[in-house]
Amino acid sequence: MHDPIRAGLAAGWKHVDASTLGKGQTVEADVVIVGSGAGGGVTADILSAAGLRVILVEEGPLRSSTDFRMRESDAYPELYQDSAARKTADKAINILQGRCVGGSTTVNWTSSFRTPPEVLAYWQRHFGLRQLSAEAMSSWFAVMEHKLWVRPWETPPNQNNRVLGSGAEKLGIPIDAIRRNVKGCWNLGYCGMGCPTNAKQSMLLTAIPAALNRGATLYTRLRAERLRFSGGRISALDCMALRPDGIHPSGKRVQLRARHFVSAAGAIGSPALLLRSGVPDPHRLLGKRTFLHPVVISSALMPERVDAYAGAPQTLYSDFFLQQAAIDGPLGFKLETPPLHPVLYATTLQGFGAAHQALMREFTRVNVILALLRDGFNPESQGGQVRLGRDGLPVLDYPLGEVIWEAARRALLAMAEIQFAAGARAVTPVHETAPLYSSWAQAKKGIAELPLKPLLCRVVSAHVMGGCGMADAPQRGVVDHRGRHFWLGNLSVLDGSVFPTSLGANPQLSIYGLVARNASLLAADLSGRPPPLIP
Amino acid sequence: MRLSRRQFIKTGLAGGLLLSFAGWLNAAGGRQLSSGEREMLAAICGALLDGALPPAGDERRRLVALTVDGIGTTIAGLSLASQREIGELFGLLVSAPGRMALAGVGRPWREATVGEVSEFLQSWRTSRLTLLQGAYGALHDLSFGAWYARPDTWEAIAYPGPPRGNF
Repeated sequence: MHDPIRAGLAAGWKHVDASTLGKGQTVEADVVIVGSGAGGGVTADILSAAGLRVILVEEGPLRSSTDFRMRESDAYPELYQDSAARKTADKAINILQGRCVGGSTTVNWTSSFRTPPEVLAYWQRHFGLRQLSAEAMSSWFAVMEHKLWVRPWETPPNQNNRVLGSGAEKLGIPIDAIRRNVKGCWNLGYCGMGCPTNAKQSMLLTAIPAALNRGATLYTRLRAERLRFSGGRISALDCMALRPDGIHPSGKRVQLRARHFVSAAGAIGSPALLLRSGVPDPHRLLGKRTFLHPVVISSALMPERVDAYAGAPQTLYSDFFLQQAAIDGPLGFKLETPPLHPVLYATTLQGFGAAHQALMREFTRVNVILALLRDGFNPESQGGQVRLGRDGLPVLDYPLGEVIWEAARRALLAMAEIQFAAGARAVTPVHETAPLYSSWAQAKKGIAELPLKPLLCRVVSAHVMGGCGMADAPQRGVVDHRGRHFWLGNLSVLDGSVFPTSLGANPQLSIYGLVARNASLLAADLSGRPPPLIP
Repeated sequence: MRLSRRQFIKTGLAGGLLLSFAGWLNAAGGRQLSSGEREMLAAICGALLDGALPPAGDERRRLVALTVDGIGTTIAGLSLASQREIGELFGLLVSAPGRMALAGVGRPWREATVGEVSEFLQSWRTSRLTLLQGAYGALHDLSFGAWYARPDTWEAIAYPGPPRGNF
C-alpha cells in the first residue's frame, strides 16, 4: 500500500517531531495554527493557498497508513486522547477524541452531515449569527463535500446497520443513508483505528498534505502552552516539547511568533489554551456551554451473526426522534450504530465475571445501537464546563441532570423496541443494573423503572463542541461569526469549540464548512486580497 | 470499620495522594507496577475475568500475569493526570487499611478468594459514592481492555481479528 505521508516526508515536507529537538528554538511565520484536526487542517490548507507562511502545531504524533494495523492495542494509545479513555471529571462520560495529525478526522467513522438548517436558524435567533443562514452556508458545505469526497455510500450496509434499518422500518420509523468521505473504500470497518487503505479523506490525507506541499511547517509532539499578549495583540505562542512517549514534557521549549494565531485545538483544547493564557474574558464565557451529544447504548443479541466489526461502521441513521418536539423542548436524539471491536465493546459492556463473559461469548451476534442526545437547546441543557486542573491541563465537568436522563430513558426504550422488531432474542441497555430483557414487553417495563444516574447508566461521547461559542456580541460569545476573538485582534478560533450549541449530527462536516468560510475570510484579511466570492 | 468508611475515604484519599506522589511522580518515562500492585491487580483480574479465565492452575496464573503486564502498559500510555489518579487509587488499595476499610477485603490480596474480591467489586459498582463507582469503572476498563487487547483471547469470542492481506 502506497503511503502518501511517508512519500511526502521523503520528498522534503517540513515536519519537526519536537520530541527529537536537542534544544529549544524560536520560529517565526505569518500564522500559527494550534491543532491539526478538522479545524486546523482546513485552515492550514486555505491560508497556505493564499501564500501565507503557516506553522501547524500538533500535540500528538504523525502516523499514517503504514502504521495503521487495525489493532486496538496500537491505535488507542497512539491516536486518541488518553488512550481513548478521556473522561469527564466525575468519570461518568467516556470521550473518544483523536490526538494525532488529522485529529479526530484520522479516527472518525466518516459520517458526514451538513449542519441541520434548524440548528443554524436557532443560532441566528438566539446568538445573533444572522450571517450563518443555511443558504449562505450551503456553498461552503458543497465546496468541502467536493474536496473531501463526501458521497452517498452505495455498498449495502453491514448487518449491524441493517438491524437498525429493518427494526425501524417495521415500526414505521424513517431511516436514511449516511454520506461518507471516502474514496475507494474497502469496506473493512476499522476506520476508528486509522484508515489502512488511505480511503478516508481525512485531514491527514487531504488538507495537511496540501499545506505541506506549499511549504507549511508541521510540528508534532509539541504542546501549545500559553499565548503571550499585550495591548490587545498576541505576540507569541509558548510551546512545550514532549518526549517520544507523547506524555512527559521533554523540557525543551519552542516559541512561535506570528502576525496571527488560530486556536483549533478542539472543544476541550481550545478553551483550555485560552484559559491558560489568561485572555480577556470579562463575561466569564470561556469554557462554558461545552456540549457532548451524550450517547446512551443498547446492546442486542441477534439470532444470526452480525459481525459488527466488519464493514463501514455507520451507514444508516434516523432523525425521527429529533423531530418529535420543538428543538428547545425535551431533548431529541439521533440513532446510529457503532463498530464493535473487542476492547471497545468489552470495556463498554457492563458487569464482570461470568455475566460479562456470557455476553462476550455472543460477540459476533451482538448488534449495538447508539442514541446521540441533542444537548444545548433546551434551557435546562447548559452542557459542561472546561476548567484547568493541576499542570494547567483541561478538566471537563459535565453534569448529567434530569433533562438528560428523561431523554436517555426514551432513547433506551426506542432502541430496544427497534432491536426486538428486528428480531433480537434479547436486549440490554448498557447500564450496571439492567438485566437482559427477552421481550419488548419486558424491556418496556424494565427500562421504565431503571434508575438512571451517572456511572450506573453508561454514557459516552465522540463529539465535543462549544466552550468558545460564537455570537454577535461579547456579552454572549467568545468569538464572532468569523471566529475572531472579541478582545484580541489577531486571534481566531476555528474549530468545533465555536458552536454555540450541539448540532444533532456528527460534527466533522459542520466544522469543515464553517472553517472553510472563516479561514477564507481570514486569508483575505491577512493577504490583502479580495474576500472569496462565495458568501 | 464500615461505619467510618466515608470518613476514611476523605482522609484516606489525602493520604493516598501523598503516598502516590513518591511512587508515581518520579515516573520519568514510565513506571513499573510494584509487586504489591501486581498482587492487587492479579486478585482483581481473577474476579473480573473469572468467566474468561481457565480454572485455577498455572495457565490461569500465566494469563493473569499477562493481563497485569497489559494493565501496566496501558497505564504508562495514559495522560499524566490519569496516571496520577490511578496511582492514588492503587496506593490506597495496596495499603492494608485501604484494602480492609475501603474494599472490605480482610485478607491480603494474594490470599483473597474470587468470591471476596467479586463482592468488593460489586459493592463499588453500585456504591452511592461516585468516587468508588468511578474507581470500579477504571478497574473494569483496565482489566477488560488488557485482556481483549491480546489476540489469544479472540478465539473464545469468535472474533477472527482484523483482515489480513496485502496492505
